[in-house]
Amino acid sequence: MKGVKVKRIENGTVIDHITGGQALNVLQIIGVHKEYPKAVLTVAMNVPSKKMGTKDIVKIEGRELKAVEVDKISLISPNSSINIIRDFEVKEKKDVSLPKTVEGVLKCDNPNCITNFEATKTLFAVEEISPLKLRCSFCERTMSEREIIKQF
Amino acid sequence: MELHDIISIRDLSKSKINHILKVSEDMEKHGARKNKYLDGKILATLFFEPSTRTRLSFETAMGRMGGSSIGFSESGTTSTSKGESLKDTIRTVESYADAIVIRHPQEGSARLAANVASVPVINAGDGSNQHPTQTLLDLYTIKRETGALKKNIALIGDLKYGRTAHSLAYALSMFGAKMTFISPKGLEMPEEVITDLAKFNTKIEETNDLEGSIPGLDVLYVTRIQKERFPDPEEYEKVKGAYKITLKTLESAKKNSIILHPLPRVDEIAPEVDATKHARYFKQVHYGLPVRMALLGLVMGALD
Repeated sequence: MKGVKVKRIENGTVIDHITGGQALNVLQIIGVHKEYPKAVLTVAMNVPSKKMGTKDIVKIEGRELKAVEVDKISLISPNSSINIIRDFEVKEKKDVSLPKTVEGVLKCDNPNCITNFEATKTLFAVEEISPLKLRCSFCERTMSEREIIKQF
Repeated sequence: MELHDIISIRDLSKSKINHILKVSEDMEKHGARKNKYLDGKILATLFFEPSTRTRLSFETAMGRMGGSSIGFSESGTTSTSKGESLKDTIRTVESYADAIVIRHPQEGSARLAANVASVPVINAGDGSNQHPTQTLLDLYTIKRETGALKKNIALIGDLKYGRTAHSLAYALSMFGAKMTFISPKGLEMPEEVITDLAKFNTKIEETNDLEGSIPGLDVLYVTRIQKERFPDPEEYEKVKGAYKITLKTLESAKKNSIILHPLPRVDEIAPEVDATKHARYFKQVHYGLPVRMALLGLVMGALD
């Protein structure tokens, strides 16, 4: 964080180590515009990082991310870490990790997939991590990262 | 061998496929003699889309093994037309039957049915996705008629939309076959399928030239080119002629090479080819029976 001026937050969430350039996609995936329309956000992009080269950081004031939101972030930024802040202190730290399967979060992009006709939880297998490629466990079609981000 | 459902060729390992082919051979030895492996068992054949061969061969296989079949061959006569969900249909049918065979227009329907049902489910075609029992009988035919699966095999015709071609290419890759994909421009094997095959280090050649490829081939697997895929009827007529197998096309073919077709054929193989030694597509239909007998016996635990 050296050289980057970002105010500490009192309560909320700091998402650190976001893959460089993905911060806006992370915001879209969490649905900040719908879920937390009035939240104070701080976004830092392409911050130099020893570990990652460059990274992005997102701070959301007054909101703690839910587990399902953390799952969504793992889709496009699998190395992020989530810090829950209370009274200016890190109270919880979770490392995001991309699971082998993604359940319920996404819709299958194939219009003729049975999951778009019957009430059922979708399930995707992670085939590739970067860029992300998922395969629907029902119709077996694959979805690219671009198609996935478009859903949020 | 543990085998509960047959939903996709992707679920089957090489050793499972080999085992299924071996049991199929045992079933073939039974010939037309009836056995009692599935005595008293009931198979439900749920065909939400039309089929001739697949449904009849499953019902015949069931009868040969001492069991019986119930079901429908078009969804118009069922509660589906009243808006019943597939899940509810499956929950209802599983209380009548010991196994379910399903063909349905939506991709992924068979997987959904298998997730809901406690009895075994066999996929007989889910939209444009999979038709694994066709693939298994194709493999069985190639093995029985040429002695091995590691051969020079060409998939010919509409490789873009044909589910049969996609699953067969996947299965043959597992067995190290050398494949040539021969299709008209615009109906080539999708990039996604080819990328998927790369994990097996398969040797693949892609071409539009049927005649030039013929001399090197052991197996010609011909598929139908559907007229409705072409916006311009003239374009269809041109393509149709160029990919038709005739006596002339076969002049340069290896003596022992064979021709397969998942059928129905329209005019991609000339009728006079039927009388040649190369034609094995009706033999292929015949092999569907032992393969489906083996699958029914295996999923219902009557064979192992």
